[in-house]
Amino acid sequence: MRPIKTIAAGIALAVGLGGAALAADKTKVGFIYVGPIGDGGYTYQHDQGRLAVEKHFGDKVETVYQESVPEGADAERAITQMALNGADLIFTTSFGFMDPTVAVAKKFPNVKFEHATGFKRADNLGTYSARFYEGRTVIGTIAGRMTKTNKIGYIGAYPIPEVIRGINAAFIAARKVNPDVEFNIVWAYTWFDPAKEADAAKALLEQGADVILQHTDSTAPSAAAEKAGNVITFGQASDMAEYKPRPRVSSIIDNWAPYYIERVQAVMDGTWKSDDTWSGIGAGMVEIGEITGVPDDVKKEAEGIRDQIAAGTLHPFTGPLNKQDGTPWLAAGETADDGTLLGMNFYVEGIKGELPK
Amino acid sequence: MFHLEPRPQTSKLWIAITPLLAVVATMIAGGILFAFLGKDPFVSIRLIFWDPLFGDFAFYYRPQLLVKGAPLILIAIGLSLGFRAGIWNIGAEGQYIIGAICGAAVGLAFYPMESWLIFPLMILAGALGGTLWAMIPAILKVRYGTNEILVSLMLVYVAEKLLASMSLGLLKNPEGHGFPGSRNLRDYASAFNDELFAGTGMHWGVAAAFIAVILAYVLLNRHMLGFQIRLTGQAPRAARFAGVNPPRLILFCLGTSGMLAGLAGMFEVSGPSGQISIDFNTGYGFTAIIVAFLGRLHPVGILLAGLLLALTYIGGEIAQGQLNLPAAAIQLFQGMLLFFLLAVDLLSNFRIRLNQRKESI
Amino acid sequence: MDLSAIDPMLLLASLMAASTPVLLAAIGELVVEKSGVLNLGVEGMMITGAICGFAIAVESGSPMLGFLGAAVCGALLSMLFAWLTQYALANQVASGLALTMFGLGLSSLIGQGYQGIKPPATHDLNIPLISDIPVIGPILFQHDPLVYFSIALVAAVWAMLKFSRAGLILRSVGENHSAAHALGYKVVRIRVLAIMFGGACAGLGGAYLSLIQVPQWTEGMTAGAGWIALALVVFASWKPWRVILGAYLFGGISILQLNLQAVGVNIPVAYLAMAPYVVTIVVLVIISSDRKRVSLNAPASLGRVFHASH
Repeated sequence: MRPIKTIAAGIALAVGLGGAALAADKTKVGFIYVGPIGDGGYTYQHDQGRLAVEKHFGDKVETVYQESVPEGADAERAITQMALNGADLIFTTSFGFMDPTVAVAKKFPNVKFEHATGFKRADNLGTYSARFYEGRTVIGTIAGRMTKTNKIGYIGAYPIPEVIRGINAAFIAARKVNPDVEFNIVWAYTWFDPAKEADAAKALLEQGADVILQHTDSTAPSAAAEKAGNVITFGQASDMAEYKPRPRVSSIIDNWAPYYIERVQAVMDGTWKSDDTWSGIGAGMVEIGEITGVPDDVKKEAEGIRDQIAAGTLHPFTGPLNKQDGTPWLAAGETADDGTLLGMNFYVEGIKGELPK
Repeated sequence: MFHLEPRPQTSKLWIAITPLLAVVATMIAGGILFAFLGKDPFVSIRLIFWDPLFGDFAFYYRPQLLVKGAPLILIAIGLSLGFRAGIWNIGAEGQYIIGAICGAAVGLAFYPMESWLIFPLMILAGALGGTLWAMIPAILKVRYGTNEILVSLMLVYVAEKLLASMSLGLLKNPEGHGFPGSRNLRDYASAFNDELFAGTGMHWGVAAAFIAVILAYVLLNRHMLGFQIRLTGQAPRAARFAGVNPPRLILFCLGTSGMLAGLAGMFEVSGPSGQISIDFNTGYGFTAIIVAFLGRLHPVGILLAGLLLALTYIGGEIAQGQLNLPAAAIQLFQGMLLFFLLAVDLLSNFRIRLNQRKESI
Repeated sequence: MDLSAIDPMLLLASLMAASTPVLLAAIGELVVEKSGVLNLGVEGMMITGAICGFAIAVESGSPMLGFLGAAVCGALLSMLFAWLTQYALANQVASGLALTMFGLGLSSLIGQGYQGIKPPATHDLNIPLISDIPVIGPILFQHDPLVYFSIALVAAVWAMLKFSRAGLILRSVGENHSAAHALGYKVVRIRVLAIMFGGACAGLGGAYLSLIQVPQWTEGMTAGAGWIALALVVFASWKPWRVILGAYLFGGISILQLNLQAVGVNIPVAYLAMAPYVVTIVVLVIISSDRKRVSLNAPASLGRVFHASH
């Protein structure tokens, strides 16, 4: 059984190397991306966070990344490779990397892992995610105020809790300022297909929507809106500033830089501990892009809501709220717990249409 | 000027030399590309071709070559049978997905019961799923003469949508906090396609790939059916006179390639991947088509081509991770390798001769 | 849930625009296949056209130059395929797939630095008077120039194949390359030209995506449009006008699906998203069940390697 012995020795060696690298003066930080860094959206923003880490720490850190990593076996190999090559801290930035990250973390107890948007943790594996729904509350308010036709179009990728939570948050906020508002929801059944997003936006515009919200990454809906004229949209993931001041009137920006810098610092100081971070506007993880092209009072109101959420005085899901079928969900003044939010699989009362099963 | 003169027989010597030639050509062209991108060309090439096999961490990468290569080989073997007979199954990706869904569904249906019977049942389900999915273009071709290239290709997209709906609905992990994707079969011993020997990367799928190579070799060289396949590809009319039954051949070739693709999907979902998810498929079905041709549709050739492609995948990842090379550069590099491999094939079938004045009539 | 909320006129207008990229690519591939060559690299040529057209339009500020550049780049890329299959006699299926892989890599490499940029706008061609005709005006006469160009191109290809000598030669090369060669036609040269035409059309189709339909550059943005174009050619049983029909039908089903959702019709979305592909298969079956007509149109030498032995 010589080969197996060699392999065992090899793994021991690798783990030893991982430890040795810790002692070296440079901290090595790895990033695993699900898309190309040139997607201009989700992965692009994570990479901006990586660049911020490089800028902040200068030559005290070395960052490596791998882009367009498929989920499953390929992800596990990519993460292992980084750990083998002496990374001290590895961020895996997509939900689909959860089980591979767990598996690799088990094999490399001396390396720290951070997995985005997941729920499985270990001593050397923490999770982090952003409360994007807080941003949805802000733009939902603007949408409710600005719509003339009272029809708001919403392009969703897949009917999963993350997206449903965003729809509910935006709807609650829009209804609050405009009781006549209705949501038309289109599911694209793809994370990425700019042409399809453009077509979906056009379909919504033809149905009379004059505000388009999107939970897909491309600027295609903004372009369609610009062509149609007199329609407003919001940037998603990145600022999409090229469509300022209109049709893009604001945006929800994923800002991972502060968190990445904080965690790298913790590893350097030896204070890193596995935990579960779910931060929003308050911590700066969710940023609201500059509000442009709307009347001043709308802008002020939206900024007020943003600041209230940041200060913790306003929770986007505050009762009284019923589920779509009319069953009570939250009593007056009650706020939703994180567990329910994380697994959200129902619409709130007032949204028309059925959630695809 | 040069001209090409067909060799009376395909040159065995050149068949062996040409792939090496192509690899060297790719190293040169790729090195230039990497240098152009501001990376050290020698380091890049070393990382791609040397490190996975003999680098510091080769103990980890060598087994990964098998993990990555096995589905490619398994699928390509099936495709090569049809390709030899002029039956074009372009939709192996779809059959791979359906095999995975069926296999995983059977496994998950028994959860959490533990029994040694479950895994063999999953294998059967995966094989059956892939076969049936491939039978759609097969039957349509036999019955209506519908083009199998397009039907099988269209069915890839249908399978992808089905996969998305399965990971969001029927097969969704009830304990997954509402996130898409099935339970992880790794945590379910009876359904887990574990490594047969720890640390070697050998799982049942790798074993199946090797068995498929051997069976295909025997079939093509020793069996009447293999003769019929080769004959149909080379001389369809002669094949009819020799008693080949074309519909039966179509059903057999498409069915077999579907079955192997389905098996590949099933072994992948129950092993390296572990779960059904929206983005479960990563293009093995399409890459396998290239593998089949790079292997010159010969079982042993396919085995080598699959491993070579796996090497560029894994080496490419290493180069990306170490040098921050863009993923696109690696993709381009693989494209080049394919071009060179395809181009040099010419040398094994033709002689290049200097044009001499021929006495023309 | 109000079905009457879907305006069929608007639907028709938007499906014309949505179908243009695949229509352009498909009519190019039709010519390629008529010459007896199967090029599965359409996706790779489209995406390369998308980024080349985008980059050139952004740098020069002229969308028209962008489209021109896209066509040239698509044709250049197809030369690789032409060289492999026509001179090095490599297998066409494998070469086409390799071309797609190569094109996807090449495009994202070129595209680095072009994300998040807005291309110069292509203006709609509002023909005075007729574009104001109620109902027909918006459907037919308020599109960008490329929509009309694509239709004109289909007409031109149809006329060329049916009436011109060049069309006759092209078809004879595709039907029986040995016979065409014996008659003195330069089989390889004709096929190379056809392949380049196909590349140019695919490049244009890609540029339509990145310059008009989306308009933006993102890696992998064709998202399978090239494969649809391939399906359309057979769907149309190699007849130019049927390519339009197929493209609009295919685009129409996708758009209708989104529109039905937008009006709140409760449809099983995941299954409806499959509909365009399933319908294509059904139509393929219907068309091919009439065996005689298909065999009349399918180029007999499709995908076969040609080498003149003397």
